[in-house]
Amino acid sequence: MNALGRRGPDIAVWLLLLFLPYWLNWVGGYTSLGSRVLVLGLAAMSLNFLLGFTGVLSFGHAAYFGLGVYGVGLTIKYLVPSTLLGMAVGVIAGAIAAALIGLLIVRLRGIYFAMVTIAFGQVFYFIAYRWNSVTGGDDGLSGWHRMPIDLGLTSIDILGNDKAFYYLVLVCFTVAVAIMAALLRSPFGRTLLAIRENERRARFLGIPVDRHIWLSWVISCLFVSLAGTLYALLNNFADPHDLRWDQSGDFVIMAVLGGMRAFWGPLIGAAIFVVLQDYVSSETANWMSFIGLFFVLVVLFFPRGVLGVIQRRTAA
Amino acid sequence: MTNDILSGRLDRRSLIKAAAAAGVAQFAAPFVITARAADEIKFGLNDPLTGTYAELGKNEQIGCQLAIEQINAQGGILGRQAQLLVEDSTSADTGIAVQKARKLIERDKVDFLLGNVNSAMAIALGQVSNELKRLHIVTGGHTDSVTGTDCHWNVFRVCNTTRMETNSVSKTLFNKYGKKWYFITPDYAFGHTLQQGFEASLKQFGGTEVGASLTPLGATDFSSYLIQAQAANPEVIIFLLAGQDMVNALKQAVQFGLDKRFHIAGAQQELEVLEGLPPDARIGTWVFEWYWVQPDVPHVKGFVADIRKVNGGKVPSARHWFGYVAAWTCALVANDQKTLDPVKLAKALENFKLPPEIALMPYDTFYRAGDHQLMPTLYVGNAVEKGAAEEDLFKVDELVKGVDAALPVAETGCHLSWPA
Amino acid sequence: MTQLLLFNLFNGLIIGAFYALMALGLSLILNLSGVINFAHGGFLAIGGYLAYMLIPHIGFWGALAVAPVLTAVLGLVVERILIRPLYGRDPLYSLLLTFGLAFILEDGTRYIWGPGTLPFTIPIWLSSPLSNTLFFLTGYRLFMVALVVAAVTGLFLILNRTRLGMRIRAGTLDLETVSVLGVNTRILRNLNFGLGIYLAGLAGVLAAGMLGLQPTIGSTLIMPSFVAIIIGGLGSLPGTLLGGLLIGVASGITTVFFPSASEAVIYVLMGLVLLVRPRGLLGEEGRF
Repeated sequence: MNALGRRGPDIAVWLLLLFLPYWLNWVGGYTSLGSRVLVLGLAAMSLNFLLGFTGVLSFGHAAYFGLGVYGVGLTIKYLVPSTLLGMAVGVIAGAIAAALIGLLIVRLRGIYFAMVTIAFGQVFYFIAYRWNSVTGGDDGLSGWHRMPIDLGLTSIDILGNDKAFYYLVLVCFTVAVAIMAALLRSPFGRTLLAIRENERRARFLGIPVDRHIWLSWVISCLFVSLAGTLYALLNNFADPHDLRWDQSGDFVIMAVLGGMRAFWGPLIGAAIFVVLQDYVSSETANWMSFIGLFFVLVVLFFPRGVLGVIQRRTAA
Repeated sequence: MTNDILSGRLDRRSLIKAAAAAGVAQFAAPFVITARAADEIKFGLNDPLTGTYAELGKNEQIGCQLAIEQINAQGGILGRQAQLLVEDSTSADTGIAVQKARKLIERDKVDFLLGNVNSAMAIALGQVSNELKRLHIVTGGHTDSVTGTDCHWNVFRVCNTTRMETNSVSKTLFNKYGKKWYFITPDYAFGHTLQQGFEASLKQFGGTEVGASLTPLGATDFSSYLIQAQAANPEVIIFLLAGQDMVNALKQAVQFGLDKRFHIAGAQQELEVLEGLPPDARIGTWVFEWYWVQPDVPHVKGFVADIRKVNGGKVPSARHWFGYVAAWTCALVANDQKTLDPVKLAKALENFKLPPEIALMPYDTFYRAGDHQLMPTLYVGNAVEKGAAEEDLFKVDELVKGVDAALPVAETGCHLSWPA
Repeated sequence: MTQLLLFNLFNGLIIGAFYALMALGLSLILNLSGVINFAHGGFLAIGGYLAYMLIPHIGFWGALAVAPVLTAVLGLVVERILIRPLYGRDPLYSLLLTFGLAFILEDGTRYIWGPGTLPFTIPIWLSSPLSNTLFFLTGYRLFMVALVVAAVTGLFLILNRTRLGMRIRAGTLDLETVSVLGVNTRILRNLNFGLGIYLAGLAGVLAAGMLGLQPTIGSTLIMPSFVAIIIGGLGSLPGTLLGGLLIGVASGITTVFFPSASEAVIYVLMGLVLLVRPRGLLGEEGRF
């Protein structure tokens, strides 16, 4: 396959994303739907760094997503009304928490690892829920919104302008995805794949497996926190539900739907998940049956996800 | 094809064909909500249709739909027909609620936004409607801040604040049932503000709070909290829960025989909860925000009959009334002012009095100027196992004017800032 | 204070027994088939709703006997069509499929019976407490504990005294060998799944008596069930029983000292168990 053929899908994706606010409205969507797909797609891709490429399942990523959400909300509301500072706080909070918790849990595997991530996730959820005075509890953290970004010469209004916010999200998405792609192409990334394929063999080769899993975990959670900050900015709202285990479950579903083994898989999965739910729930109050049926069919007949089907076609 | 499934030989191609066929059939079936047309006045209802608040959202929707029907029968709004677009906000995912609100306003270009049952969503939606400058009537989210610290010039609310509910019933509780109170409080803003309201009343009357239990939202078992309540030896146990929590707590309280030793009471109660309880658990002193049995109030019987026709024969609850009033409010003020401009409509809604055939209440019902809170009548009474009619589960003892029970505007924390 | 603690301890055991019933069904299915059944709560709800439909015709006791069986039949059908293709695959897939199935079940119950809470009545003589001080020991709750004891005993007897049970136990340890020995493992897994769903249906009937019967009744109970299984130890049914009782008691006792944390404490416990002794209290090493 020549260079264009290999890069083709990547170029196609970037073009679609670059011009999204224009073609999405034309097909009956709306710009903030596109932003939502991109933000959740980033979260799913971050999760997939750990799941699809390192082979480790986490069901508690919503905790770090939520740290991003509350980090940016609390900063803007109580500290400094600055979007960029808020995002920085959210990401740092998520990364530090992930680093510390990762040290504790990295020895576990399989369902045990998944359940312990749920345990931590639920504890964070209950803290957000009960610490009413700070987080607003079940009512959520409101009364703040995304602040215009002051670049010295000009100020970008991302509050009133949906398109401007979308491009901010796209910039963050691009940076995150570029870093993840570079990491996966590097020797570090190859090692992760080796660990995914056969952990025992990797250990025999002298690879410090636990340290690699810890690093993969921290990177994954860091980018999911970034996604969290963008999610809060999208909604102008921080909600404890963003920390619940079913939010984590949504990320896993998106990754599997789109294809865990493909780099763009989770983004496709997020697009399908968000758009399908958005569309079906507008048509019928029984959308849960349709979405549930869709999951069932995908698992039964398309376990490698949408991109898995396409990959197999092109390989054959 | 069934044979294929059973023998596991179903392949992807035939599956896709079958799915396409099934999909088309389903969407043509009675599952579908509404079609969309242009050049109509659009109402956007953003309410939970799935999850734990599904029943409440559904009832508000039915009330809205009846209102829209009546509005159109009477000539529509400014000569144009009205149309209701409904979006499921889900019961717990505020992100989806916000997304749907943006969809309704940005893509579907609704003129009026209605909703939400969930307090957190009501607040979040208020921010969206304020940002995008649409008139927004909150139907059933009770947290005080919607017409308090989180108030906006374009947001109005139909259902009561928690302070209105507690103030309407506290005197009765104190005089008739006891001066020592124990609170079972759900641990979120709604519960906290209800408790604060009652505590203020206790202070005013000189009663005692013997204790309180904070219960997690969605708790299934209340026995440990009821054990604590019993140990504190109150005269009245006050249940500040809502929805499923209230059903579970009352069911268990009656199973424990607590209703025979203490008086059970609370502030907000809903017909949906009483209907979900076994008859022996329909007890206690409560406040209803609207009730279907009002023999002395004109037009109520007609409303009840109209709702029965579209509600499977069941009587309307306060939720139906919330949706009905919210939709009609928009139509009335728009026709009155002959404009759809949100700022003009919002200004006109201040001190706007609802006509009796919409208000369906004995006293004047109007939107207060300073905080945009509707001032309705509150119905204080007792739950009964069965009344005169089969669905009559509440006996109204006292009517309280909302405006008497509410906090003065200055104390609500609401500061409205109007666009230039 | 000691009285409060003792009360909450007893009460916690009662609630724990209920959690254990739910978790046992889940554990049965997980141990033999390696399937993580996220739809367990949905089957619980169906058990409750079927009982609600049957009570006017065959009374509470009739419904209690019949509803779980009907739910189990539904489970057998679901296993045959949906679960069987997943054997041998990563448990992640069964998790996702049953997640989707849970959506369908919840929406289905809402479509058939409506979103409102249905008034589920239990026999009057059951619903009164033993004494005024021990008011939380109602006839119904003691009956529930008795039923859980009976169900656990029945399960024990089935697993240890019948051929089916022996095959299930053997299959849990080494399904391949069992198959080679001539046992039809497909039917074995099918019946095992049905047994697990029977327990879910039974839990559903009991739950409907204690809680409000509405479509989401099962969804709040699913996560505590998994927690019970992990704490007790994957692969061990006595462990699951112990796990259920433990989380019930822990939750009850926490309510005395730190009520806001009464829900979170079970996750803290699970986290501790996983960090200190991942195989659980009674689990075997290297099981998963």
